[in-house]
Amino acid sequence: MLAFIVRRLASTVLVMGLVGVFIFLLLRLSPGDPAAIIAGDNATPAQIEAIRTSLGLNDRLVVQFAHWAARVLAGDLGISIFSNVPVATLIGQRIGPTLSLAATTLMLALALALAAGVTAAWKAGSLLDRVIMILSVIGFSLPVFVVGYLLIYVFAVTLHWLPVQGYTPLSEGVGPWARHLVLPSCALGLAYVALIARITRAAMLDVLAEDYMRTARAKGVATGPMLLKHALKNAGVPIITIVGIGIALLIGGVVITETVFNIPGIGRLVVDAISKRDYPIIQGVILLFSGVYVIVNLLVDLSYTLLDPRIRY
Amino acid sequence: MTAPLLEVQNLSTHFFTEDGVTRAVDGLSLSISPHETVGIVGESGCGKTVTALSILRLLPPRMGRIIGGRILFEGTDLLTLSERQMRDVRGNRIAMIFQEPMTSLNPVLTVGHQIAESVRIHRGASRAAARMRAREMLEMVKIPDAARRLEDYPHQFSGGMRQRVMIAMALACDPKILIADEPTTALDVTIQAQVLKLMLELKGKTGAAIVLITHDLGIVAETCQRVVVMYAGRKVEEAPVAELFARPAHPYTRGLLTSIARGKAGVGRKRLHEIPGIVPSLRDPIQGCAFAARCPFAAMRCRSEAPELSPVAGQPGHTAACLRLSTVLAS
Amino acid sequence: MREAAVLSPAAIEAHRARRRGAGYFVRRNPTLCGGIIVLACVALAALIAPLIAGDPLALKPADRLSPPSHAHPFGTDHLGRDVWARTVYGARVSLTVGLAVSAISMGIGLLIGLLAGFSKPVERMVMRLMDGLMAIPAILLAVALLSLSKAGAVVVVAAIVIPEIPRVVRLVRSVVLGVREQPYVEAAVASGTKLAKILWRHILPATLPPLIVQATYISASAILIEAALSFLGAGTPPEIPSWGNMIASSRLYLALAPWTIFCPGLALAAVVLAVNLVGDGLRDRLDPRIARRM
Repeated sequence: MLAFIVRRLASTVLVMGLVGVFIFLLLRLSPGDPAAIIAGDNATPAQIEAIRTSLGLNDRLVVQFAHWAARVLAGDLGISIFSNVPVATLIGQRIGPTLSLAATTLMLALALALAAGVTAAWKAGSLLDRVIMILSVIGFSLPVFVVGYLLIYVFAVTLHWLPVQGYTPLSEGVGPWARHLVLPSCALGLAYVALIARITRAAMLDVLAEDYMRTARAKGVATGPMLLKHALKNAGVPIITIVGIGIALLIGGVVITETVFNIPGIGRLVVDAISKRDYPIIQGVILLFSGVYVIVNLLVDLSYTLLDPRIRY
Repeated sequence: MTAPLLEVQNLSTHFFTEDGVTRAVDGLSLSISPHETVGIVGESGCGKTVTALSILRLLPPRMGRIIGGRILFEGTDLLTLSERQMRDVRGNRIAMIFQEPMTSLNPVLTVGHQIAESVRIHRGASRAAARMRAREMLEMVKIPDAARRLEDYPHQFSGGMRQRVMIAMALACDPKILIADEPTTALDVTIQAQVLKLMLELKGKTGAAIVLITHDLGIVAETCQRVVVMYAGRKVEEAPVAELFARPAHPYTRGLLTSIARGKAGVGRKRLHEIPGIVPSLRDPIQGCAFAARCPFAAMRCRSEAPELSPVAGQPGHTAACLRLSTVLAS
Repeated sequence: MREAAVLSPAAIEAHRARRRGAGYFVRRNPTLCGGIIVLACVALAALIAPLIAGDPLALKPADRLSPPSHAHPFGTDHLGRDVWARTVYGARVSLTVGLAVSAISMGIGLLIGLLAGFSKPVERMVMRLMDGLMAIPAILLAVALLSLSKAGAVVVVAAIVIPEIPRVVRLVRSVVLGVREQPYVEAAVASGTKLAKILWRHILPATLPPLIVQATYISASAILIEAALSFLGAGTPPEIPSWGNMIASSRLYLALAPWTIFCPGLALAAVVLAVNLVGDGLRDRLDPRIARRM
């Protein structure tokens, strides 16, 4: 078991290393002069040269990478071109709202998706099942920003039940904090819920057809324990795999959701950086989010052995 | 004569699929008395498993439906019970074990948990008491080191041992009837004998009646007291076991018995005898006797008139469904 | 409604009476047909855009923010532009991106995947690269690529293609691995058939059904990503109407003129939904193993 964890960690490190290489190469190998592009159309050659130096573009490639990697590992993600603040600091300032949004979305989404998927599988073929499936396809097809504006229009602008946009930190009270997060969580989580619900249903259908479910029925086990204790745990492995992979959807969606709902998180940070072509910020955030994705999937891999006793490393 | 424990009256079960309706069981009647061992024999597809599933109402929900008959268990018609009342019967008063021990146990729950679950559901026992009972059951089915094995998962047991676990699970609540659907078919021959022996021992200890479903006449000969022969969803013969082997009355039974490979020392091995033809499709209603197309004794009227079960003269408890009974018996 | 344990004769007859009639295909695959029809309509509209829509760029400040009317079926935006015209022209962008990304990522992914399926050392290296690529969120990768290059259709397409490649590679590789084990392939190899021929006759046909299904899902994803990128200001430049940038430029007018956001928004949703339905329908037909479950 320990050997597996070590191997898996090594593999994780390798993947993160590759991500680092990709991102590093992105800047250095893109067509045209990245420094010129970042500086913009009206920059003077001096300004371009300044940017080029600050990004270390004049050294040899390998040297650049070594410097860059060393800095990143030490926690230095570069300095924002426009605000001159270290990227790591900027991220630290903005991480609260993003974490809140991500946490609430994840919790709500998982609860809803599992409930929907299990119900759909249990009632497979019925009207309820078909409705859930149709809602899933629709949910998966609606772009996050469209859902966002739809929710704002209905619940905030028209019904005035919830605030239009913005964010209040937890420190200012749970009520306002929660109220500001309801609509963004729904918008962000919709596609994720749809994805997880579908995979839950499929995995549950496979499990429900297994012989041991028939044995459970023959023992007189009631429906609740049958679905949850006997079936769901067996469906756990494929479900949690998609939960991990689907995190990519959430990460991508965070950027858009924070833009729509004006939440001062990391997503907004990136969007502002896009228009200003503030590359160090974009780079730093990509590293952060990729790291999150990789770690989440590592945890998913490790969880397999908890879910299925046959999987022992 | 003691009142029968289980009485199936004129059971008909159909399967509804995209391609049509299959009459899996067509007007079957049989009865089980307390403490007896009854075998149900027939080839694949003859309806024996479906009969068992119908008794416990375990048919696949939208596809299999019981469309007629009554199933009286201790006087109550099981077909009139609600699902909740049926759950009370399953695993508790009538238990069932299945053919594939490799896939019939839940891989993510410990063996102890799965056995104890029955006890907790039907007896309302506490965790500790149920665990105690689970351990007892494991010891009863002769699994060594039972206390430690309670915490093991099914994949840590061999096929034969898993079947024992299934038996332990089934008998945990002292059911009156144990239905065993091909319990040894998936096991090695040597293990088969062990498991059967165990089942009979346990029957002696617990007093349960056993309904043994199998296609293997050898097993029937060794373990059952009475035998029911099924063909194309119908009962074609029923007799005490010695009687059936000594004086088979129905042409199908005769065919089955002669097709068992026999080799006698000193005599050259004979070519395997087979019953010509194939089982008729159960999709369309069968005119006349289901076996007529393959029967060496078939006459014209066999194809138009469906035979009823009639007693075989002079043999108590022996019935067969054949229009040409006297002719068959004479040959 | 509790199911009775015993079924009545009338119900049996009803089941038996169900027979296959005309329009069987449509009834059996309603979503597939629905999706295809919607897409066909949108594609047609996009093709004949100059005929059915007005000028998407014409500014008419006098008419700005007017609700849907006879003259402007989808209303006008804050610059007085006709939203209907812009929506129709926006379809061109989305459909083109969807098709292009799908085709290109399929092609590249197929090549890489086939290589990976057949050569052990290549496979290990490639799969690691794909793992690395997959770890980077698609939108951010696209954003990063776009922020470093001059805007242009090619760059946008490339930025969207690159994150989609790992999916295809993994799919192709797993199919190849599966097919390679098959007896008929072993037989072909043993009888000296050239690798190219094996690829062409055995491997490729096996990869097509799941690839076609994946292709539809990728085009749906591509359309969404392009819209998201345009929304964020990193995709299609604002001069060219794209559903994403239409919504972005109308953000401030949600309360005043919701049609400026919801007309392109619903068009986008409808197209993506249609593509996903087609994908599901194709999957049900081409991959029977999953069809029974889903």
